[in-house]
Amino acid sequence: MCNQAVSLIAAELERQGISTVAIQLLREVAERVRPPRALCVPFRHGYPLGSPNNATEQHAVIDAALRLIEDTNGTPPVLVDYVEH
Amino acid sequence: MASLNDFALPTRLFLKAYRWRRIETVPWTPTRKPLAACRIALISSAGFVLPAQIRFDDSIRGGDCSFREIPSDVNTATLVETHRSESFDHGGIRQDPNLAFPIDRMHELVRSGRIGCVNRRYLSFMGSITAPGRLVRDTAPAAARLLVEDAVDVALLVPV
Repeated sequence: MCNQAVSLIAAELERQGISTVAIQLLREVAERVRPPRALCVPFRHGYPLGSPNNATEQHAVIDAALRLIEDTNGTPPVLVDYVEH
Repeated sequence: MASLNDFALPTRLFLKAYRWRRIETVPWTPTRKPLAACRIALISSAGFVLPAQIRFDDSIRGGDCSFREIPSDVNTATLVETHRSESFDHGGIRQDPNLAFPIDRMHELVRSGRIGCVNRRYLSFMGSITAPGRLVRDTAPAAARLLVEDAVDVALLVPV
């Protein structure tokens, strides 16, 4: 339900002129709900940015999400899988 | 990647019949300036509150659609995690709130110049909302209006 909630909030922010990117843990939910920009991450429930106390990993996920906002070629809805390096 | 099949059987059965709220016309705001010049806000649905704030109300049928304002300069160690769901391991976000509310990461991104500045307040929701009508109609628009008033350019949203 968290994935749907942040997607619906993101849509409202976009309607009011704020660019958004939402992390998504469940691709199947993201495909149905269709947030404007979303990064699907390969982590388990409860661990949306990877591992606790791992700033490097968290930054890598956040950076991948921010790059979706910077990409001006996207067509909504943008749904991209995060690839771990 | 997580899957709906990860959940316990009762939850799986509920989700199998659940009608997800599809965003039919997807709204779109392109960024107008470099991130290094943008003001960013965080929105987490992990149910974090400040110790003195009123907790989310678990008794509301369909979920509590309200939100709490969290100052962006908060000490993350003081955040209280109150997410009501028993469908995931809470250990990670209790150990490190940044995992679902990356407040410290945002400060680091400002210091590195990757983003311009953080907004003075972030927003915390309880994401366990099965009936999102009031969220869509009332509280999400109210949340967006707050961030528009703050001149926020971009937002990162993190579920749990």
